[in-house]
Amino acid sequence: MATVEERPIGFGRLKRKEDPRFIRGQGHYVDDVNLPGMLHGAVLRSPLAHARIVSIDTSAALAHPKVRAVITGKDLEGLNLAWMPTLSYDTQAVLATDKVRFQGQEVAFVVADDRYAARDALELIDVEYDALPAVVDARTAMGADAPVIRDDKEDQTNNHIFDWEAGDRDETDRVFAEADVVVTRDMIYPRCHPAPLETCGSVAHMDAVTGQLTLWTTTQAPHAHRTVYALVAGLPEHKIRIISPDIGGGFGNKVPVYPGYVCSIVGSILTGKPVKWMEDRSENLTSTGFARDYIMHGEIAAKDGKIVGLRVDTIADHGAFNATAQPTKYPAGFFSIFTGSYDLQAAHCKVTGVYTNKAPGGVAYRCSFRVTEAAYLVERMVDALALEMGVDPIELRMRSFIRPEQFPYANKTGWTYDSGNYEAAMRKAMEIAGYDELRREQAEKRAKGELMGIGVSFFTETVGAGPRAHMDILGLGMADGADLRVHPTGKAVLGISVQTQGQGHETTFAQIVAEELGIPPEDIEVVHGDTDRTPYGLGTYGSRSTPVSGAAAAVVARKVRDKARLIAAGMLEASPDDLEWEKGRWYVKGDPEQGKTIQEVAMAAHGAADLPEGVEGALDATTVYNPPNLTFPFGAYICVVDVDPGTAHVKVRRFIAVDDCGVRINPMIVEGQIHGGLAEGVGIALMELIAFDEQGNCLGGSFMDYLIPTAMEVPDWELGSTVTPSPHHPIGAKGVGESPNVGSPPAVVNAVIDALHQSHGVTHIDMPMTPARVWAAMQGRPEPPQ
Amino acid sequence: MQVPAPFEYERATSVDHAVALLEKLGPEARILAGGHSLLPMMKLRLATPEHLVDINDLTELDYIREEGGEVRIGALTRHRDVLESEVLARHFPIFAEAERVIADPVVRNRGTVGGSLCQADPAEDLSAVFSVLKAQLVIRGSAGERTVAMDDFQAGPYETAVGDAEMLVEIRVPVRAGGGSAYEKVERRAGDWAIVAAGAALWIDGGTIADAGIGLAAVGPTTVHVTRGEEALRGQAPSEEAFAGAGDIAAEDCSPAADTRGPVDYKRHLARELTIRALRRAAAGALQQEA
Amino acid sequence: MQVTMTVNGEEVTREIEPRLLLVHFLRDTLGLTGTHWGCDTSNCGACVVLMDDEPVKSCTVLAAMAGGHAIRTIESMERDGQLDPVQQGFMEEHGLQCGFCTPGMIMTGRALLDRNADPSEAEIREAISGQICRCTGYTNIVKAIQWAAAHEAADATAGAGEEVTA
Repeated sequence: MATVEERPIGFGRLKRKEDPRFIRGQGHYVDDVNLPGMLHGAVLRSPLAHARIVSIDTSAALAHPKVRAVITGKDLEGLNLAWMPTLSYDTQAVLATDKVRFQGQEVAFVVADDRYAARDALELIDVEYDALPAVVDARTAMGADAPVIRDDKEDQTNNHIFDWEAGDRDETDRVFAEADVVVTRDMIYPRCHPAPLETCGSVAHMDAVTGQLTLWTTTQAPHAHRTVYALVAGLPEHKIRIISPDIGGGFGNKVPVYPGYVCSIVGSILTGKPVKWMEDRSENLTSTGFARDYIMHGEIAAKDGKIVGLRVDTIADHGAFNATAQPTKYPAGFFSIFTGSYDLQAAHCKVTGVYTNKAPGGVAYRCSFRVTEAAYLVERMVDALALEMGVDPIELRMRSFIRPEQFPYANKTGWTYDSGNYEAAMRKAMEIAGYDELRREQAEKRAKGELMGIGVSFFTETVGAGPRAHMDILGLGMADGADLRVHPTGKAVLGISVQTQGQGHETTFAQIVAEELGIPPEDIEVVHGDTDRTPYGLGTYGSRSTPVSGAAAAVVARKVRDKARLIAAGMLEASPDDLEWEKGRWYVKGDPEQGKTIQEVAMAAHGAADLPEGVEGALDATTVYNPPNLTFPFGAYICVVDVDPGTAHVKVRRFIAVDDCGVRINPMIVEGQIHGGLAEGVGIALMELIAFDEQGNCLGGSFMDYLIPTAMEVPDWELGSTVTPSPHHPIGAKGVGESPNVGSPPAVVNAVIDALHQSHGVTHIDMPMTPARVWAAMQGRPEPPQ
Repeated sequence: MQVPAPFEYERATSVDHAVALLEKLGPEARILAGGHSLLPMMKLRLATPEHLVDINDLTELDYIREEGGEVRIGALTRHRDVLESEVLARHFPIFAEAERVIADPVVRNRGTVGGSLCQADPAEDLSAVFSVLKAQLVIRGSAGERTVAMDDFQAGPYETAVGDAEMLVEIRVPVRAGGGSAYEKVERRAGDWAIVAAGAALWIDGGTIADAGIGLAAVGPTTVHVTRGEEALRGQAPSEEAFAGAGDIAAEDCSPAADTRGPVDYKRHLARELTIRALRRAAAGALQQEA
Repeated sequence: MQVTMTVNGEEVTREIEPRLLLVHFLRDTLGLTGTHWGCDTSNCGACVVLMDDEPVKSCTVLAAMAGGHAIRTIESMERDGQLDPVQQGFMEEHGLQCGFCTPGMIMTGRALLDRNADPSEAEIREAISGQICRCTGYTNIVKAIQWAAAHEAADATAGAGEEVTA
């Protein structure tokens, strides 16, 4: 029999409630959805990166005995659907009309009886293209001679999208002018891809009689998608039901609305049957939301041995359409958190967004809205500064950290960090790593010509978007709803707006309610992913589930608890003020025997007797939580690498991660999230790259070329934690899903530079640090990633 | 996931039956063994054979045995069995070392020695191993059997000496006393094709190198058999200088192409470095044998 | 063409196109959707099933090739209401998050323990090196398989103990 410790009622290492179906292969993913009469769709994609469409001949495909429909951009134009708005107030082609603007862009959609026939039919569509010069480097795209990619947009005469700044430029210039040391680095955060194991897809079912559209789809934001489809397709929103079933990983890849989804809806409308569209892996890698692609020029200044200033100029490659997801006022996301964990006197950043002939995207892959790029920049710059000053990289950080007494801390670019205790986390990481011992070992190895590196990264994130006055996506405020119903027999159902893709929401959100109400987690059903059954919210990304929806769940549970107090007072014939709470029951102060459990109250709430004056029946509550601020999780990471001097192969020997995400609802799940993100960070640092050749051909379109770490490339992760609660969050929790991907790439890069600096004079290597590129750097010829 | 274009499927019941089917069905027929080279190409529609001849029932081609001073390996032997073979481990440690870095354990359950050799990918590891060990390959057709030296087996990238109505049935490796062998590979990630790989074997007699074998993968349109390096080693004592000399020759005599795995100069560097490492360990193995 | 094979202990016969991949035969023809797919190039291993007790990538096996052979999928692992220790291990050690790679990992874990009852961490990592997990970072998958190995060893010892006393 499990003990209370093993099955905590509330926070703790609770085994996951969702596991029983997954370990039996009974997960229900989009490709598992099978409806009577269901047809299959496939997308024909452009082989060229930039070309005019001269003609499209679909007659042979239409003549295929198993083909039910073929849709082109021209057909969609008639429905006003050839173009759709993006989450960045740009437009994106659903099916190309005039031109194709990236290799892999959607050109036509086939609907057939089965997926094999749909695939065959693609080869029967004849498209004539007139090739145009392609531009795949954002710097070239900004040049005067660059071909204009978005000639579909009125007044667009170049490839420029936006300029955005944060911080005080003049003050920063002054601080730099007075600095003792200034170091400059150019660095690229290359294009990579979230590549969740399940690709994107949808099953659209338009019921012609009822006018109800049901869409099963891989989405991290079901409600937002529903509203977008209502706006885009002109369908009444109350007749749209989005069901996000089990999702096989998201990592930000499943936030945008993709043309394939829209085509499956149109296909269902045209054929009167359900239409399934599941993309293959090459489609996922070449056309769906990529991540990063930031070209950064950073400068860092020190005075009296401490970091005092930071400035950065960035070119942001957004691909052919600006389809990034981030709050409207932040076109470069939260990049302005590049001030990191340091008490700077001044900081300034400028970001220029640019179109290129590559797939659209940029905000994805656990980036917390560009915090990954910001953290990489600052943590690499700090190490560059430490190198220049001849100071230990941890020592320099410790001197420059924001101190505990400075929180809440207003940084130089408009953020108010909620809480932090940086030195404690850093020291804990040093202890777990045995930092001094590692440096001794490194010295011994160096004497023998062995290349061992120790890399540090300390990051502060800003997550949990966000206060609706400041943060909206497409005009939708980023507040989340939660509703809680306690049934007469004391079992509860919690409806939340966020959507899990593996983060364990069915467990952690039950734990939040359990913590507040004392109802065992197995008696709490968490409902998510079905817009018909859940309250509105903006979805799961930017680590916002715990900070925003987690807060909503706690608040709604407290509302239920408060109502229970009133009902219990009536049952106990006492005044509500005379009652005290212990987990699971209200009891009379001074007479603890006199109490009512939450289950007893639930029955009474639905019962036949009168309730106290002003109290309505049932034990339910709803809330919409508007967060007052973002939250600021942080962490100290230490990476140990060994570089083979002969082959330049990098082996990650150890990785120590100390994370502080405030109060931890389920440490087991927190640790799992961190393990996964660290593996992604190692992948990004060493092997993941979506590269292009000069003609715009995508070279990272399969898992043979887009390399993801296996169990052989990653070590046994060594984790630690500190807990610095968020003062403004109802349960003091901050969110952690993206932290490991934010903090780990700079730790790995810093480690490799540390290994090679003394012996080979290497000061920077861009990611991915493949053996060939590390070797080139060791020869004094570092090469760009593409 | 991508799916193949339509084709007809036949199952061979014997080697002769397989050959007869190939003859009957013509050049649009391909042999299907493990399928882990052919099926991925067919799913991407880079290969669209009209007929597949499944030879997986031909267990008579699945063996590793010692016979007449040779180790003979049937073409249908799975990579996993090569990895775990006691016979091969005893005579040629290079096999297990190479197999450990070929594809991944699950793919090795299906992929076959014959399939890999006949795919003739320029980065294919076993081809380099058989080149090092101076193997002979036995090919059967309707006219009977013929034997081809490993050096003559590869005609170019993805092209072999196996004709349209023929199939590879056996690979023979001569066993000699005093041998040691090793394989070195650098890859971007487990399971990837080699950036460069080098296999080496040394037969040492009375403190002198009696014979050597050096084969490189992924540095030319076919496996590179570094015969000039082998010549330079014969008669020398095994030493760092000797290995370095052979490594220099390996770097000179290969013709790597620049690609996403690396530029030409890095690959030449690896050819040298890995040849030296493989020779070093082959020597250690051979000296143990000698003793 | 017609194909006959044993799937999870039962003989099945179906009419198929020669090009039908085993993964689609299992998922679409037989409705066994526990086996997944995640790539085009035989790299990800979401499709791993056991064929004659060995892990294979079912996306790279034709259903026709599987004719005459015995296939085991994740659906066969629980027997008479009893979970296989490997399945239990994944729950105990938080060896899964989104669950998409999990069936394949469990099948490979099962096959590994059938050949090697006490694998080292390195042997476990190598055994699963042909399969990608994006969520877990692998540490807990290793722990899950180690949990199963330890529990099977304990059960075996307990069983032996009983025999002695009886």
